[in-house]
Amino acid sequence: MSVYLDHAATTPMFDVAIEAMNASLRKLGNPSSLHTEGRSTRKDVEDAREKLAKAIDCLPSEVIFTGSGTEANNAAIKGLYWHSGKKVIVVSSIEHHAVLDPAHWLVDHEGAELIELPVNSAGVTDLDFLRKLVAERGPEIAVISVMHSNNETGVIQPVGEIVEIAGDIPVHCDAVQSFSKVPLSYKELGLFAMTISAHKVGGPLGIGALILRRAVEIPPLLHGGGQERDIRSGTLNAPSIVAFAAAVEAHLYDSKKVAELRDGFEAGVLKARPDAVINGKSSARLPGISNITFPGTQSDSLLLLMDSEKVSCSTGAACTAGVHRPSHVLMAMGLSDVVAQSSLRFSFGSTSTQADVDYTLSVLPRVIERGLAAHAVGRS
Amino acid sequence: MKIIAAMSGGVDSAVAAARAVEAGHEVIGVHLALSSNPQKYRSGARGCCTIEDSHDARRAADVIGIPFYIWDMADEFHEGVVENFMSEYAAGRTPNPCLRCNEKIKFAAVLDRAKAMGFDGVVTGHYARTQETPEGRTLHRAVDPLKDQSYVLAVLNREQINGAIFPLGDTEKVDIRIEAEARGLAVAQKPDSHDICFVPSGDNAGWLRDRLGSEVGPIVDQDGTKIGEHKGAYTYTIGQRKGLGLTVPTADGSPRFVLKIEPVTNTVVVGAREDLAVTSMRGEKPIFCGPEVAAVPTRGFVQVRAHGAALDCTYYMDNGQLVAELDKPLLGLATGQAMVIYDGDRVVGSATICETA
Repeated sequence: MSVYLDHAATTPMFDVAIEAMNASLRKLGNPSSLHTEGRSTRKDVEDAREKLAKAIDCLPSEVIFTGSGTEANNAAIKGLYWHSGKKVIVVSSIEHHAVLDPAHWLVDHEGAELIELPVNSAGVTDLDFLRKLVAERGPEIAVISVMHSNNETGVIQPVGEIVEIAGDIPVHCDAVQSFSKVPLSYKELGLFAMTISAHKVGGPLGIGALILRRAVEIPPLLHGGGQERDIRSGTLNAPSIVAFAAAVEAHLYDSKKVAELRDGFEAGVLKARPDAVINGKSSARLPGISNITFPGTQSDSLLLLMDSEKVSCSTGAACTAGVHRPSHVLMAMGLSDVVAQSSLRFSFGSTSTQADVDYTLSVLPRVIERGLAAHAVGRS
Repeated sequence: MKIIAAMSGGVDSAVAAARAVEAGHEVIGVHLALSSNPQKYRSGARGCCTIEDSHDARRAADVIGIPFYIWDMADEFHEGVVENFMSEYAAGRTPNPCLRCNEKIKFAAVLDRAKAMGFDGVVTGHYARTQETPEGRTLHRAVDPLKDQSYVLAVLNREQINGAIFPLGDTEKVDIRIEAEARGLAVAQKPDSHDICFVPSGDNAGWLRDRLGSEVGPIVDQDGTKIGEHKGAYTYTIGQRKGLGLTVPTADGSPRFVLKIEPVTNTVVVGAREDLAVTSMRGEKPIFCGPEVAAVPTRGFVQVRAHGAALDCTYYMDNGQLVAELDKPLLGLATGQAMVIYDGDRVVGSATICETA
């Protein structure tokens, strides 16, 4: 059998989403056209926008469709920075590269100053640090961006408290991993901007959304037809938008079931390898993510061995060359680069089963044994 | 067998991996990332570990239908190959980094890791052959004399040769390209890589100058008389004639050649062409690819450059060192070069030249 435990990277599209997408692909009409076909496709897009807004707990006009979560993060960070006229950007040190890299780009090219919020060893953002920072430099801060939950460890961040501490400072939240998996209300959190992505929730690749408070005008990244509030141009991707909404509306993700599988898996891992460490275990976490350090191994070897056993998991971050690098998330939690490079991420989703867990646990001992041996020769 | 195919992103390793699959092996493709800060694109025929190369390797693995991974061997490569390259030059010797890479990386770090992970060996696109004999597996020249790479593989010991598969040794390069084309491999016409992969500019002297500095020193004749100045002794090679910048002519107007590089005094010694002649060489740290060489003088061939000629010689072991006495003198031989002994087309072994006479 083969087991897919990389749902945090991408998860299967729900059948309802595939059907909705197929139907839309067969349909003619640019949503911006004024004639019958155009109006019909536009209706589909706006229906989808309303469905999504309901799930997000925002206004339909606050949904700005983008080509990806990365694009939404870039639009938010850069847009809010330019919009504010201020120089300081604050992000947590465990953000995804889709937040970290635009922030660093603004430092290198636009004179920004970047301040990273530390996290504790349990992977949670340090609120005292933020309080002190806001007290001292609040008026200089253009934007604060903290993810709702971390993509590598699943640790949920105190976003509500961050918004409270921020006061008038705009807060952006990358909610790509959390959306549709844990309770999440844009309105209740009091966010200024939020990012979501379809392919993490049973929708297609290549569609995301920036949720941005209504009547806020930020400079666009893409100039053109101004289709999305003049903040994002480009012909609306109706089939993907429709499928995104269909997936979210169907909501086939059973958090309780996924969490049970994950917890059973972790218990089995610790039984087989008592020296394994589950990163962020003491914190509130997403139901489906398990980040485990196997001391004395190298995660790229483990991934190859797992893959040969037909288990798909992840090493976390990889640079453009595909070379595994120690995770900045685990290092921010205080792990050394060596330990960070001995960690794997297993992520469970709506299609995961107990048989997946059992099979993975059955191959784990020999994978770890070989991984230990491979690492040992490298050190000799 | 379960084997790792080391895939550089070039045509040879791609065809080698495809042939290994056809031979019935369970093959997994691995691209070695040898630079911690790889360049995005290849520059001409140089470099072999750019991001573009890793993409080419991945595409070849896709076409062949094998899993593909990238192994980060940048630290191992730097320690085992790049640092050795610099320290050898700094010591006035002329190293061959491709040999070191085969010895320390491809058939050591990679092979060891592969074995620990449950694989039986490593397949590469080197042009060389192996033969099974009653004495064990032996290493031989490839059939294509222009591509033969047995010289750079002569640093492999018997155990390493037992873990190596070279599927291309029986084919000429031109046919490998045709085969790659027929297999639908996009790298079929990709240029061969030449020179030193970690010196993408091809300017070895400049690369060394940037890292080892360019301390001015004397150029002297064999009597020790200073006749010029150089900018870093290690940027010269034994036998070099051009670029010495000497203004004092010789008595008979004949050209001068670099005879010796003395790193301690940062001195380059020059002299006449005939003074370059070498009739015997000694090598340290011998490695035997098959049965060990005895103290009894044996007839064979010695080769001192990757694509150099096989020179008639008598070779033997003396005091832990490999000695080759040439039938005819050879002009210009640097310490640090590898001497590789052949018995016909069989690779006997190699050693690093430490003394010439």
